[in-house]
Amino acid sequence: MTTEAAIPLRPSLFTRLMAGRAGPVAVVSLAIVVLWYLGAVYMNAPVQIDRYERGKVEWTFGQLVADTLEQDRPVLPAPHQILVEMDKTILGKKITSRRSLVYHAWITLSSALAGFLTGAVLGIVLAVGIVHKRTLDKSLMPWIIASQTIPILAIAPMVVVVLGTIQPITEFNDQVIGNSGFVQKALVSTYLCFFPVTIGMVKGFRSPDILSLDLMRTYSASRWQTFRMLRWPAALPFLFTSLKISIAASMVGAIVAELPTGAQAGLGARMLQGSYHGQMINIWSALLTAALISGMLVALVGVFEKFTTRLMGGRP
Amino acid sequence: MEAKAETETPVTGAKGADAAPRTVVDIDKLSLTFRTADGPVHALSEVDLKVAHGDFVSLIGPSGCGKTTLLRTIADLEQPTGGSINVNGISAHQARLDRSYGYVFQAAALYPWRNIERNVTLPLEIMGVPKAERRQRAKDYLELVNLSGFEKKFPWQLSGGMQQRASIARALCFDPELLLMDEPFGALDEIVRDHLNEQLLQLWDKTRKTVVFVTHSIPEAVFLSSRIVVMSPRPGRITDVIETNFPRDRTLDIRETPEFLEVAHRVREGLRAGHSYDD
Repeated sequence: MTTEAAIPLRPSLFTRLMAGRAGPVAVVSLAIVVLWYLGAVYMNAPVQIDRYERGKVEWTFGQLVADTLEQDRPVLPAPHQILVEMDKTILGKKITSRRSLVYHAWITLSSALAGFLTGAVLGIVLAVGIVHKRTLDKSLMPWIIASQTIPILAIAPMVVVVLGTIQPITEFNDQVIGNSGFVQKALVSTYLCFFPVTIGMVKGFRSPDILSLDLMRTYSASRWQTFRMLRWPAALPFLFTSLKISIAASMVGAIVAELPTGAQAGLGARMLQGSYHGQMINIWSALLTAALISGMLVALVGVFEKFTTRLMGGRP
Repeated sequence: MEAKAETETPVTGAKGADAAPRTVVDIDKLSLTFRTADGPVHALSEVDLKVAHGDFVSLIGPSGCGKTTLLRTIADLEQPTGGSINVNGISAHQARLDRSYGYVFQAAALYPWRNIERNVTLPLEIMGVPKAERRQRAKDYLELVNLSGFEKKFPWQLSGGMQQRASIARALCFDPELLLMDEPFGALDEIVRDHLNEQLLQLWDKTRKTVVFVTHSIPEAVFLSSRIVVMSPRPGRITDVIETNFPRDRTLDIRETPEFLEVAHRVREGLRAGHSYDD
């Protein structure tokens, strides 16, 4: 048979590369970069040609391409321009400087993490209540779902403005944390974060089968024991899935909360200022930084998940 | 036509049985009707049964005859709609609260996030037994079911038969007097099942527990039981109670003897009489 003969053959380099995860990811990344460069040339060309014509400069296509990728205020910055800007503002500045992107990222990240933690706890508490009390299940669930049908862009300004007028909160923000708007931003993050956790954990707490629950009944285990020894461990895989969604959403919440007030610091503030001054490079570098941070946060939850799964005897 | 269980006779043939063993499970005119969308289902109707201390009673019958429901009612996992049920002289509900029985389900129902030792000691943890003693009991009872050395393994690392043995150790480890088993070997292949049957019998002989055992296998019921309760469906009721007289330390070989085949024949007749296969 021909197939038998084919087995000992070493697979080609390409096949081996594409077998893992690195190969396919690299191919997609490369495609995105190529498309991005093409897009940058295409979108920046009209301005560049306009400039050539006003200056009555002779130009070639090659020069046009080179110039579109090096504009000061491009419509779509080229990837390398963003990387240069990020290098300058992340590695090139002291992290306490207001020009450092690390400084701005921390301001957003700290609110996001505070919002994530409160959101996760709130989400779990709500789920516990919903699973154990029928009335809560019936009365709370519709509101929880309705809460997420309201666009966060509409909620954020209200939260920021209303909380901004409450004296203790403003004082806490300004004097204790030294970060104006910390509580408001964290609260908007909380609003986004609790939902996936509640939904996931309600499902998780209800995931034990009847047999496992009956077993607990035969030992006349208390509700608390059933929760601690059965429902909670059974819900953990659901928790990690939810936390991954939540922690990514927490950054979105904090950034969105920075926009309506014209905050002076934070990644959202950087984006806003960039748009005021037509500095697309600044916007993109803030955006890419936010994406990188979110990605790292999700990966971090993934590490915790792996660790916990191993402790709980999961199949390798 | 109501065949009532002849209940007062103690286990015969069992070496060293007490002169008048006390009644562990006392069921009197028990009825259970489930309300479903298609109308009431009479799962159990007027069931009378007494299980004496040290008895090994098998409930056998076709699917839907209520044998599992009867076992679950003894365990207070279902509520009867009529009649009464006492375990150790108290209500089934109070008996459950007192943790007077160990229950073995059709599936092992081990918690996948606990290793075998912590699965076996789950009831002890619930009862607040200190850790050192839990360890010791896990060791003892895993040895009893021939699973020594598997303490730190997780359920997925064990075969189906081993998992079920672990679940038997879990049911035994808090030393309940009564063992309720719901087709514990139903999902296993016949070779493993034979082997576990022999082990269970030795366990019963060694620990002197009272066992109520649900099965739909005639050889299993005849081999294991001191008494076989034949049930039939629609409504679920007892049609025959057969005493067996095999020695407590019997082995699988007795399945070839005329006595064994005779009892098996009577069980088969009982099942046939109570059940029309046409409906």
